[in-house]
Amino acid sequence: MTTTSLPAHVPVSDADPFAPDVLEDPAPLHEELREAGPVVFLSRYGAYALARYAHVHAALVDWQSFPSGAGVGLSNFRHETPWRKPSLLLETDPPRHDAPRVVLERVLSPRALRRLREQWAADAHLLVDELLRRVAGTGEFDAVPSLAQAFPLRVFPDAVGLPQEGRENLLPYGDHLFNAFGPPNELVARGNPHIGRLAAWVDAQCAREVLAPGGFGAQIWAASDRGDITPQQAPLVVRSLLSAGVDTTVHGLAAILHAFAANPEQWRRVRAEPRLLRVAFDEAVRWESPVQTFFRTAQGDVPLPGTVVPDGEKILMFLGAANRDPRRWERPDEFDLTRDPSGHVGFGMGIHQCVGQHVARLEAESVLTALLERVETIELAGAPVRHHNNTLRAWESIPVRVRVS
Amino acid sequence: MGTGRTAQPAATATLLVAEKDRVADDVVALTLVEPGGGRLRDWAPGAHIDVVLPTGEMRQYSLCGDRFDPFAYRIAVRREEGGRGGSAWLHDSVRTGRLLPTGGPRNTFPLVPSEEYVFIAGGIGITPLLPMLAQAEVLGARWTLHYCGRSRASMPFLDELGRHGDRVRLHPRDEGPRLDVAALVAAAPAEARIYCCGPVAMVEAVERAGAPRPAGSVRAERFSAAQQPAPVRDAPFEVVLARSGTSLTVDPSATVLQALEGAGVRVLTSCGQGLCGTCETTVLEGRPDHRDSVLDAADRAAGDCMLVCVSRACSDRLVLDL
Ligand code: HEM
Repeated sequence: MTTTSLPAHVPVSDADPFAPDVLEDPAPLHEELREAGPVVFLSRYGAYALARYAHVHAALVDWQSFPSGAGVGLSNFRHETPWRKPSLLLETDPPRHDAPRVVLERVLSPRALRRLREQWAADAHLLVDELLRRVAGTGEFDAVPSLAQAFPLRVFPDAVGLPQEGRENLLPYGDHLFNAFGPPNELVARGNPHIGRLAAWVDAQCAREVLAPGGFGAQIWAASDRGDITPQQAPLVVRSLLSAGVDTTVHGLAAILHAFAANPEQWRRVRAEPRLLRVAFDEAVRWESPVQTFFRTAQGDVPLPGTVVPDGEKILMFLGAANRDPRRWERPDEFDLTRDPSGHVGFGMGIHQCVGQHVARLEAESVLTALLERVETIELAGAPVRHHNNTLRAWESIPVRVRVS
Repeated sequence: MGTGRTAQPAATATLLVAEKDRVADDVVALTLVEPGGGRLRDWAPGAHIDVVLPTGEMRQYSLCGDRFDPFAYRIAVRREEGGRGGSAWLHDSVRTGRLLPTGGPRNTFPLVPSEEYVFIAGGIGITPLLPMLAQAEVLGARWTLHYCGRSRASMPFLDELGRHGDRVRLHPRDEGPRLDVAALVAAAPAEARIYCCGPVAMVEAVERAGAPRPAGSVRAERFSAAQQPAPVRDAPFEVVLARSGTSLTVDPSATVLQALEGAGVRVLTSCGQGLCGTCETTVLEGRPDHRDSVLDAADRAAGDCMLVCVSRACSDRLVLDL
């Protein structure tokens, strides 16, 4: 994994992007990498880091030079056996990526989601009403379990068509999956003893018989009946939803709730102008980058500014650093609803750009619209606590206080 | 395009004719590149682009080059005698170095996964199938191509196809009997996927013969010279914002998104190319001119939404839910 000789002409860093202190606060490392140069060699992992917006963006769109098929984590599938069957979306290149992508794009398109809009709005109102009733005395609650986790877990498994039983496996499965894109550190070791059981449960939910009619899962199987994908591919495409669709939105919602609690004036602004909500979620995704990093693997010797990445070497793209690159964003560290966050790479870019982004936006819009109607002010009621994950920027707890209107 | 900058041009892109080659009697191949030398939009086999003619009409041409090459598109154009002038203009007036307004790519004819393919091409209908068989090759699938035409001299890309040996069967009419497509389809293994592109009569024969086969196993694209004339307005149109009552004028040189931004209306965008669907906006009145790669035929017909980063108006006026 590590190379013996250091590459010429490239700044070298021995920092560990997956160390606990970096996961607690990645901003100092992000700045160091961005300022060191367009490409930085991470000697500890023998990988090349990109942290500036322009270069992260360029690598994301160039699937020919930076394919995903050798894994989007540190592990290099050219030499190492993946811990699970590779994803047909995330860890697959064209041409094999084409058909599963076409199918999921259709199932998760904004038009397909329209039929969920009303239901999710109603669910969000129920959830928010119950919550506000429960905390009526103090107005204080922990936004992570009571909203950021509660809402996606309430609506997403139903939308996929999962049975009730075993849904508690979804979050720990996703947490391990996203840890496993990093190095085999303590976080991965902690998940290892349980992952066999969790993965077996997830795989079992992908079978046609298990999935309720009408849901995303059943629609994926219907696509295989039409021959758009094969019956062998269908369960793995369903698995992509269960892998990538839960923890991401939990932490995306946590990000925006934290952003508002930490910036109460922005909440006042969106209350005055609710139309800003849609932009607000993308601004939160830019600001926080719930998915912080993904790797690629050099296909052939790939020239980058000042260096050549040799064939087969890993490249680590810092989406979070790109989304706060001052070369691209004014006052990048501010969560600011007057900003146009378009073009952020929090959902990736290019052929692998998040196929579930409309689901994430609709979930956020549903919850925030319900909150907006009832909650006049929101602020932090204590110090929020991070949850460490090798890929996700996550919260364990966000104590907030709200005043109900 | 607002701040949704990407390395790729927008869905309506002006491309440069970098090469023009005669590849058969009455057929020229054009190689198109981004004038700045940048990446073109990604595509998959079966995709086509729109070429905008000086009259404002559009013609669709299948991409027949290498989808792994991000810097060049290749299209092939047969001169249609008695056509409406599009192909004659591309043959006679368009030279290398010329800029061509284009739209797309879009893909209504995607290659689905299979271990075996039967490709059936009629004349210029070979174009979408060329990248498909290259792909079947990459995937290690079994495939055969049956390629019909008037004569060898009229059939483009025979030299390229030569390297595939007897997986390519040529059926020039002046050398032998007409291919019996019904028998061919009937004889294909049940799991094979059959792809056909060619004149209407050939496509219909394949579809008829394929009717008893499992759903989705026969996929065809009708190739006909007279593609629907797309009403591309070159006059400005009005966009009314229902929530604020504001009215804007969109000039031919600007996108709806740019006009909205110019008026201080904020719309979230991401790819800026009509690909991701982020800027989908509800249309309350008026008829959009859809130029994205997201909406399907039913969505387009419904006309109740549009992607403002690339789509425009057919009607004089659009009312948007903004
Ligand atoms: C705020 C929430 C989310 C964030 C920040 C996020 C982020 C991302 C990113 C950065 C990628 C690109 C990966 C790459 O380039 O290698 C991606 C891809 C993907 N996302 Fe999301 N995601 C979110 C929600 C979702 C949801 C709700 C789903 C499912 C319903 C989903 C399913 C996927 C899938 C299947 C891919 C792979 C697409 C492909 O490779 O073609 N994501 N996501």
